[in-house]
Amino acid sequence: MTMSQQASALIAVRDLTVGYGSFILMKSISFEVHTGEICFITGGSGCGKSTLLKVLMGLKSPQKGQVLYDNEDFWAADSSTRQTIKRNTGVLFQSGALWSSMTLAENVALPLQQYTDLPAAQIAELASLKLALTGLAGFEDYYPSEISGGMRKRAGLARALALDPAILFLDEPSAGLDPVSSRHLDDLILELRDTLNTTFMIVSHELDSIFAIADKIIFLDNQTRTIQAQGDPRRLKEDPATALCALDFLTRGAAGKNAVQENR
Amino acid sequence: MTSAMQIHLHSEHGCLNIIVGGTWRLARDRPDEIRQALELVNAPSTTGVLLKEDGLATWDSSLLVFLVQIVRSARERKIALEIQLNEGLSRLIALAFEVKSQQGSQREKHEPGFLEDLGGKVLDLGPKIINFLEFLGEVIPALGRLFLGRATMRSQDFFQALHECSLQALPIVAVTNLLFGLILAFVGAVQLTQFGVQIYVAGLVGIAMLRVMGAVMVGIVMAGRVGASYAALIGTMQVNEEIDALTTLGISPVEFLILPRILALVLMVPILTIYADVMGIIGGYLVGTIMLDISPVEYLNATMSMVNVSNGLIGLVYASMFGFVIALAGCYQGLRCGRSAQAVGQATTTAVVHSIVGIIVMTAIITVICNILNV
Repeated sequence: MTMSQQASALIAVRDLTVGYGSFILMKSISFEVHTGEICFITGGSGCGKSTLLKVLMGLKSPQKGQVLYDNEDFWAADSSTRQTIKRNTGVLFQSGALWSSMTLAENVALPLQQYTDLPAAQIAELASLKLALTGLAGFEDYYPSEISGGMRKRAGLARALALDPAILFLDEPSAGLDPVSSRHLDDLILELRDTLNTTFMIVSHELDSIFAIADKIIFLDNQTRTIQAQGDPRRLKEDPATALCALDFLTRGAAGKNAVQENR
Repeated sequence: MTSAMQIHLHSEHGCLNIIVGGTWRLARDRPDEIRQALELVNAPSTTGVLLKEDGLATWDSSLLVFLVQIVRSARERKIALEIQLNEGLSRLIALAFEVKSQQGSQREKHEPGFLEDLGGKVLDLGPKIINFLEFLGEVIPALGRLFLGRATMRSQDFFQALHECSLQALPIVAVTNLLFGLILAFVGAVQLTQFGVQIYVAGLVGIAMLRVMGAVMVGIVMAGRVGASYAALIGTMQVNEEIDALTTLGISPVEFLILPRILALVLMVPILTIYADVMGIIGGYLVGTIMLDISPVEYLNATMSMVNVSNGLIGLVYASMFGFVIALAGCYQGLRCGRSAQAVGQATTTAVVHSIVGIIVMTAIITVICNILNV
């Protein structure tokens, strides 16, 4: 927490309350994420991880509180400011959410066509490059319905990377990927952070990934509807002050899957 | 292997002993003892229940559900209950009574009465209208931006939409309008021949088709074909988060998805209407020349003299308005679609119903306006 005071945060969430009607999914949560950080949002099923991500990326309005990007409150901003913020973010949806009427190359090219004046040949070149980066070289002319679920997800990542956004939101990026692809994804995330200084907000319960690459985790709790713990996952694991539930989740998961069975 | 489900029941001084054994599988035939056991537990003479097992082989939920029923009945009657079963079964029975619903996850079961239901629907109407007006409020400025050349509509999407609602619709438009022309001529002929003025069939069919019926027929065909497909397509995109993907990129779904479709229909419905008018007139011509013995030249001359250009133009005004209504209804339903397969189906149906109602309301409005303007 001490280092967060050093530089102003890239993403700052203040006193955020989110819910559906009278059902409060999370109340008064606050956290900060700095440029170049890899931040995981985790917690039990149904605690509102994906919904939190939706609020961050501007798809669902909060009931209360602020989401600040470079000190600019997204939900209070005018449409052109929002547009600028959106241009600087890339999103990978849980299912990939590729536009099914377009080929993979067209999917990746669309954001480029939208925000740049590059000639068509260069856009095509860039699209191929991004697809190659996610291991889909040669699949440019395939339609989303013609490839596997894991490939769709990777193509979705390629599209999210199209504009080299400052912030990438990944919703369960490794769900449905095999362990090797999952590790490749972790490597890719680290590489992007190191080369382009990209900031990541990742929803995941993949404990291996969390301990391998996370700089910070935000642990949502579905009983208290608040953040149970946040910070460096490695330090959290050893910190006795960390709330029991988060500790349990982290240590038990990290100890291996047998732990769950032994406990029964 | 032990045979099927076994239940032994015997009572000792009011204490009901239930001994289960054998193999329990979820299946159709359940031994009669199950019903008997439940009846006995609820019988006033029973003051206690003992659950035991003997020679129990494999079992599944069929046994569990039976035991849980017994336990529940016994507890409800507050009679003594002793369970002497293996650890697995005892734990599962305990679990069945311990399940605490997650906070807030239990839905309130409430069946609204007729008046409450009606009231709810009326109250829902307001937000629905506001919702639709908001949608219109997005579409109209987007159309404005399009004419200023600042909208993010891709020309290829427009041509794709144009293709979808043009060539492929030709056969069905031809068939429906040809037949409709025939029907109009038949109905008219019966009346007009009584007065010996069957030649007016030419005028009847020509004016009716050109002025309104051609457009209405095309409108209804397109509502079923294209309006439904727009709702299903955009609705499915909503389910697949494709709309969210556009929004997060800062691309307006209205400009990107809906403008090309509105434009395509506003342009194509009038063109199809011209085609439909010709087909309808051919239908009338067939009846006139074959059934009423009017000579081809006479029929065509009569059509030419009775029909004027303004009829055709008014027909085209109807047609383009219908195109707008169909595209709007289809896209609106698609965009406001819920996130399930069922919601897509619902959106599609609603889109078609609203399109057709919209077409009829629009016809009435334009007809009244034409009447007032005397055209």
